[in-house]
Amino acid sequence: MKQNIVEKIWQQHVVQHESGFPDVLRIDFALLHEVTSAQAFAMIEEQGLSIQNPKQFLATIDHSIPTRQNRHEIYDQTAKQQIELLRNNCQKHGITLCDLDSQHQGIVHVVGPELGITQPGMTLVCGDSHTATHGAFGTLAFGIGTSTLAHVFAAGAILMKRPKVMRVHFTGQLPANCYAKDMIMYLIAQIGIGGATGHVIEYTGEAIQVLSMEQRMTLCNMSIECGAIAGLIAPDQTTFDYIKNRPYAPKGAQWQTATDFWKSLHSDVACDYDQTVELDISLLQPQVSWGTNPEQTIGINQVIPTGKINFNESLDYVKLTTAQPLAGLPVDWAFVGSCTNGRIEDLRVVAQILDGHQIAEHVTMYIVPGSEQVMQQAQAEGLDQIFTTAGAEFRMPGCSMCLGMNDDKVPAGSRCISSTNRNFIGRQGTGSITHLASPATVAYSALAGFITSEYQNTYTQKEAS
Amino acid sequence: MNKQITTIQGLCAPMMMDDIDTDIIIPAQHLTQTSKSGYGQHAFARLKQADPDFVLNQNKYQKAKVLITGDNFGCGSSREHAVWAIQELGFQAIIAPSFADIFSNNARKNGLVLIEQPVTLCQQWAQQAKDHEFQITIDLVTAKIQAGNEAYLFDINPFFQHCLTHGHSELDYLLSQQVAITRHQQAAINQQLFIDFTGAPQ
Ligand code: SF4
Repeated sequence: MKQNIVEKIWQQHVVQHESGFPDVLRIDFALLHEVTSAQAFAMIEEQGLSIQNPKQFLATIDHSIPTRQNRHEIYDQTAKQQIELLRNNCQKHGITLCDLDSQHQGIVHVVGPELGITQPGMTLVCGDSHTATHGAFGTLAFGIGTSTLAHVFAAGAILMKRPKVMRVHFTGQLPANCYAKDMIMYLIAQIGIGGATGHVIEYTGEAIQVLSMEQRMTLCNMSIECGAIAGLIAPDQTTFDYIKNRPYAPKGAQWQTATDFWKSLHSDVACDYDQTVELDISLLQPQVSWGTNPEQTIGINQVIPTGKINFNESLDYVKLTTAQPLAGLPVDWAFVGSCTNGRIEDLRVVAQILDGHQIAEHVTMYIVPGSEQVMQQAQAEGLDQIFTTAGAEFRMPGCSMCLGMNDDKVPAGSRCISSTNRNFIGRQGTGSITHLASPATVAYSALAGFITSEYQNTYTQKEAS
Repeated sequence: MNKQITTIQGLCAPMMMDDIDTDIIIPAQHLTQTSKSGYGQHAFARLKQADPDFVLNQNKYQKAKVLITGDNFGCGSSREHAVWAIQELGFQAIIAPSFADIFSNNARKNGLVLIEQPVTLCQQWAQQAKDHEFQITIDLVTAKIQAGNEAYLFDINPFFQHCLTHGHSELDYLLSQQVAITRHQQAAINQQLFIDFTGAPQ
């Protein structure tokens, strides 16, 4: 029988299938962070259960930590306790923790692939909705809640209904000023934030095949923003090249066996999907969100549309009106970072744009590497120098301004152009206004002081004078 | 064992907005706690602050047990805190045209009952809940909602129905499969699973 890649991976992991019951699904790896794990440890302890296979877990600290240099001093007492508890729990249960002084601390979805944990055909979970990031490797990866994490702890498996599968096929070539971020934001705008609920998305098309692993991660990362359980891309040579020689990657003769198996993980020709969406991206413009959810997104040269009833509430919150363009809208903050766009390639794009220029005087720009490794690489390439010379702040790794649960927050009423994934009300801090965009658009906008996806005369002139 | 739930009877509160996300249900800055309680007081904080007439600010809904809401409820983050917060407000069930996947999974494990009904019916019930005291009875054994003289059927997965009405937990079921799971794991190693665990950072 012809199968799509999701069906193949699913079938390989079903331990028990009985009609009327959800499937018992084997979980190969789980990533942990400080915010959603504490109660899961407590749950198994309360029931006198132990962790079945501690090696199958890796923890990092990312959400609630400060990103200033002296980040060891955590002023928020509850955040501090949360981190202490994760340390204790990991020690007690024999789970590897990438702590603040580790070479591998960072955002959970940046660290996993970096270590070579994320491999094709696996099931990987994390108490975090952006776990779909790992789908870039042909991994079936999805976010779970704390109770489900407790199930993985105790049983190494979870109960889940077989998801539907949606194929998203991109046609045409990606224009030079656009990135994977623009592709995924465009998809979300087209199908809506609930458009893929109940589905796992497989992304296909030539435009996908030419993307680097980092771009693929950006794309898969935001699958949840159209409601998808997960999003994935069939593995290919690009995938294998990325994984090779990483710490958790198979070595020696195992490498050949692994890649042979991984090559079998693709959808059969003429297989079925529950739904197919086709998107032509040959005329894509850089995308920017205007409202309070990622679906509310337009091309940089478009104006805010009229539409659904809830548009008005969103517009009130972001202090904008229908028919208004986003290009030219002044911004106070610019943020580059997060599990969506905090990897080395993102920082290189930003550095190239900022190099030799100054960010606008009224703009505060934070550039936050996704991990310790990304930070060190950026330093080795001298990107940090470019950032600080341009007037931006290059900070320590963490989720930072992506979610406003650490010290980094956009002040109330301020407008931020951000490389993150959510523009929900108050996401970057109470009263903050977020415009999602690619790192390139964030960088251009930081220079200009207003939303733009290209260099502007205003500041090049200012430089000359 | 979980708490056994066979019927939910109570007042409905209307919150007819689409796409209510987890950041609205419980903002991230309240997630630094390490327990399962203490979130109710912060639930829907932003909506409560922004609008004095917001449904949860009104006295008449303080004892409501059923929340009637719009499409795609619970989208966004995987935080189970969203479920704990809603339960702490006293809600035992939510009725909406659709729910986000992770939120549904989380709700189920905590015995918060989610019921899908067509959007027109949700709107009609929300209106009734606005106009007067609107009580319903949800019978989980027969999968039926009694609203006034009318009865409405709803879909529920038989396994989850069994868990709820008998107080069985999903974890108990999983643990009963432990032998098969372990066998499956062993078979996967070097066939489908190639992680070199010796590569773990020290
Ligand atoms: S960077 Fe943002 S989206 Fe990613 S894990 Fe951290 S908080 Fe979540």
